[in-house]
Order: sequence, then structure tokens, then C-alpha cells
Amino acid sequence: MATREIISTGNELAAIAAVDAGCMFFGGYPLTPSSEVMHVISDLLPKVGGVAIQMEDEIGGICAVIGAGMVGQRALTATSGPGMSLKAEQLGLAQMAEVPLVVVNVMRGGPSTGLPTRVSQGDILQAKNPSHGDYKSITFCAGSLAECYTEVVRAFNVADRFMQPVIVLLDETIGHMHGKADIPTVEDVKAGIVPRKSFDGPAEEYFPYECEHDQPAVLNPMYKGYRYHFTGLHHDKNGFPTEEIETCRKLIQRLEDKVALHEDEVESYEEFEMEDAEVMIVAYGSVSLAAKESIRHLRAEGIKAGLFRPITIWPSPAAKIKEHTDKIKKVLVVELNIGQFHSEVQRAAARLDIEGLFKVNGRPISPYEIVNKVKEL
Amino acid sequence: MAFNYDKYLRLQKMPTLWCWGCGDGVILKAFVRAIEKMGIDQNDVCVVSGIGCSGRFSSYVDFNTVHTTHGRTVAYATGIKLADPSKMVICVAGDGDALAIGGNHTIHGCRRNIDMTMIVINNFIYGLTNSQTSPTTPKGMWTVSQKAGNIDPTFDTCDLAIASGASFVARETMLDPKKLEKVMIKSMEHKGFSMMEVLSNCHINLGRKNKMVSAMENLQWIDDITVPKRKYDAMTEEEQLNLFPTGIIKQDTEADEYCDMYAEIQKVHQGERKKITQDDFAKKI
Repeated sequence: MATREIISTGNELAAIAAVDAGCMFFGGYPLTPSSEVMHVISDLLPKVGGVAIQMEDEIGGICAVIGAGMVGQRALTATSGPGMSLKAEQLGLAQMAEVPLVVVNVMRGGPSTGLPTRVSQGDILQAKNPSHGDYKSITFCAGSLAECYTEVVRAFNVADRFMQPVIVLLDETIGHMHGKADIPTVEDVKAGIVPRKSFDGPAEEYFPYECEHDQPAVLNPMYKGYRYHFTGLHHDKNGFPTEEIETCRKLIQRLEDKVALHEDEVESYEEFEMEDAEVMIVAYGSVSLAAKESIRHLRAEGIKAGLFRPITIWPSPAAKIKEHTDKIKKVLVVELNIGQFHSEVQRAAARLDIEGLFKVNGRPISPYEIVNKVKEL
Repeated sequence: MAFNYDKYLRLQKMPTLWCWGCGDGVILKAFVRAIEKMGIDQNDVCVVSGIGCSGRFSSYVDFNTVHTTHGRTVAYATGIKLADPSKMVICVAGDGDALAIGGNHTIHGCRRNIDMTMIVINNFIYGLTNSQTSPTTPKGMWTVSQKAGNIDPTFDTCDLAIASGASFVARETMLDPKKLEKVMIKSMEHKGFSMMEVLSNCHINLGRKNKMVSAMENLQWIDDITVPKRKYDAMTEEEQLNLFPTGIIKQDTEADEYCDMYAEIQKVHQGERKKITQDDFAKKI
């Protein structure tokens, strides 16, 4: 696949990716360290006939995005932890009503206002369950500048495939990193767009929420003669509220199964120096860059370390993790939180002796810290 | 010939969840007649509602319909409208929806003057959830969350909308469905943000402990607290106290509409016009 070279930041690349992927609507609210996504896309979207609006608050931002998604557009919002907290209820509606959208969350220190301008990876578990209730989150995490672009593009296609929100996690370091990225050409991105399914039979035969037990709703664009109902309530095949026992059970089970039974379609990870690894480091986002550097140092000293980097965080590549942890004794999870993904690695590995190197002071983890930790194992 | 509502109703959803004697049905029927008279295709209308008794409005009418979260109607509708400004967008919200949890979106919808009509069904109480205080509950009334008597000051929906910049503001009651229909048509014909407050009854959850046990008693109270704007304007301040003027309270056809203005932004970025500056606006601040 042809690539092009671009010098940019992670946040800017995320905005460019959205527009290249056919996004026509952005709704958001200023939130450090994600605001540059809005700054860039508010110039790009009107150029292509799209709309970018700064709403009155974070909630308004995602509401407007879901509204545009209901009309049939690809739509984006960008935020950070405090904004994710505010958007949570609406993300639940988008899960329930099966409205696709993409949320870029550039992670900063938390909880609460936390460390607005400093790096963190504290939103891993929030991304799994931002809203109350049962549904299956799809969350990607960019580990390089190029991935700020490619993962946002992928997120739009996956959102339309599964008809639900897809979260793309950047962290402050990646979001504000400035450098060279090799990204796919616009032509290739356009050629790879898979729009959401639609129904073109007679309106009286259209039941948007009547689908196989493991398939998403088929939501036609608004105003095309297929009048139906969106709701956050449990609903029937037409989208109308219902409390009918079996209909309610099937609906929520389907929201789970449409992703759970097709995890292979979204699974994504990188293995670096894993072929002969005797120490497995698990890291994602900007931390994975330090981990790769540490592995070069460790290997130079004769320690066979390798990196397993989940790109799709939720659903996690659990089977692949277990395949490795069944063979490799020393496993170290390195992350900028107190073990949010570490607990997932423990679960996937069914082992309680997974080691952790955590940092929550708003500073990055240096390669030397990882080298030293590995030597202690 | 009697008006045939069937075309606009989702008959399979009837009967409604609303209580006997509730004003919501009267308002729904006035809305449907208004749409018919305006000659708008059902496919070209989106009805967005929030949570509460009024939230169910959207599921009963056969348009493109969206039942959103509590208080967020205008925010969802803003995305829906901007995604296709050629279509008509109607918000239906209750007093708690529009003025309490969703107050922020309401005032900013008014401020942007984005072309949509917000029908606020004000029954002065949280009806669906059994009588909690709303921002319009009159002082001194009993509510289940203030059994000693409500001490919270009240919002005037129309004053709030005017102060926030809505270009069309009207108030009617469900007592006169024909008049309601007429003013509703005006509100929907207006280009810009239209605040259409409709005073309605909830004898079940407002009236039962406030000496208005029957629908008729509640309706009489609404009649007693409303007066046509023309009469209201001729009154002294003392006489105006505790009264709501009805009719069209504000209509500004000159105000810039948000979707139109956004089209200018698109022109700037597409190189079709110069940047927008302060000189483009008579009223800058």
C-alpha cells in the first residue's frame, strides 16, 4: 500500500484521518489535551461541506454528534477524561440505539481535573464501561503518530460495521508529539471505506432492529421514507419502547454478542522481538515507545525481552496474551496508571504473578526505568 | 369533515401512556393538524423528545423520531439540524427537561438561533416520576420532594428564551386547541429558534395535593393564571403579578439563523468569500 509522509502531531493526524475517512460532522468542547483535534477539524470540515461545532458543554458535543449519526453521517467528537465522564450517559444511548460514532480521548492525569497538561493512561477501564448497563466497548489505542491516523480511520469503519461508538485512545504524549509519520494515501483510505448497511426494500418491510442474534441494527439514513424510532429505552424491532421480557433479553444479549462473537474482526496487536522472548513486556500508547527502546538496551545486554502491544484494547486480545503467558514466565505490564490493563493481563493469563511497573505522577516512563525493572524480575 | 389523524399517528402505539384528562394529547393533536395545514411531508420532519411524559410524544407520531436522554433534546436536535438544514426539526420537552437538567442546552439553542421549534409542555411538575418540584412549580405548592411547600423560585420559560436570544417566543395553553394550532404553525414557519411554551395540566401529580384534583379544576387554574398578551400589556405591574401573557411574545425575522451563518463559514473555507469580520454584523456584542 502506498504511503505518504507527513510532519504533524497526533491530535492533528486524528483530525485529518477523520475527514479522510468521510467524517462530515464534529461536535465538541475545548478540553486539554485534546483541543487541537477541534482546532484542526474546524478548518477541515467546512472545506468539504461538513460541519464542526463547538457546543455549550461536553454533553452537548456528543449529543450533537449522535444526532448527526442518526441522520446518517460519520461523526466525531474529541475529549479527555473529564469529558468522557460527562459524555458517559450519551455513549450509553448510542450503544442502546446503535448509533455509530468515533470518540477520540486524549488521556490526561485523573481522577477529576487531575493533571490537565500531563500524560496518563488512566482511562483504560473507563473506556471499557463509560456508561451504566451491559454492552461491549470497542476501544483502540494509538501507539505511534501514524496510528493516530490509521486507528481513527479504522474506528470509523468499525463503528459502521458494528453500529456503535468506537473509542480511540491517545495519550497526552502521543497527542502532542510532533514528528514524521508515514500514513496511507487519501485514495487508499477512501477506497477502504465500508459504509454502514442500509435496507432498500419497501418501508413496511423495514424493521431496523430486527436482526440476527449477533448482528447490529440496520439503520437507514433519516428522511429517506423509512420512518422509525430511536430510543434509549429497551425497544422492539421497530425501535419502539417495550418491556416484553424476551425482547428485552434478546436486545441486550445481542448488543454483547454482536461484538463478542466477532472479536476477530477488531483484534489488533503488535509483537516486537517476541519470537525468542524470555521476558514479555506488555505496553500500549506512548509507553510502548519507551518499551521498545528498553528492549534494544536489554537485548544488547543479553536479556531476551520482547513487547506485546495491544492496539485494540477492548475487547482485549486475551487469547493471544494467554498464548504468550503460557510460555513466558516473566511478564511485565508497564502503564501510566495503577494496573488498569495489568488486571486484564492477569485475567487473560489466569496468573496472579504478572509483574507491573506503574506511574501516576503525570510523567512518562523512561526506557531506563523499564530496563531496571526487568533486571529485578 | 372531521380531521383524520390516522396518517400521522402510530396507531399500534395507542392508547398512549398518558393519564385520562392529560393535556399532552391535545397538544399532540394540535401539532399534527399544524403539520397537515403546513403541507409538510412526514418524511421531512424529525421530532426529538427528552424524558418524562412529554418524552413519549415522539413515539406516538409517525415522523422520523428520536427519544433522547433527559434534558438533551436541543443538543441532539442541533446535530440533526446541522446534518441536514433543509429538514424541519421539532423538539418536544417538559418543564423539567427543558429548564432543569437541560437548561444549558435550551439557553444555548436560543442563543445560536438555530432553526428549530422547541415545544415546552409546562405542567409545572415532574409528572411521570410522581410530583417532584420542577423549575416552574409555583412557590408554596406541595410537591413530593418539598412536602412542607415549595420554596424554590420559578423560571418564566418565555422570559428565559427572550433573554437567551430566541427569535420567536410564544406561549399558549391547551385550553384553546384551535389557537394553539395557529400559534404552533407560526412558530414552525418562523426561521430561527422558536420557543413554543404550552401550559398544560397534571391534575394527577400536581393537582392531587394542591386542591386541583380533577382535570377541570387544574384547567380552571391555568385559565386563571393566563391572559392574552394585549390585555397583559395594558395592565399595571401589580395586576401582572402571577399572570402569564399568552400569544406571540416575540418575533424577530431579521436575526441571523445559525445554519445560514454556518454556510458562510463553509464559503470562507471554500474560498468563495472573505473571512467573516465584526463589520459583517450590526450587533456585534
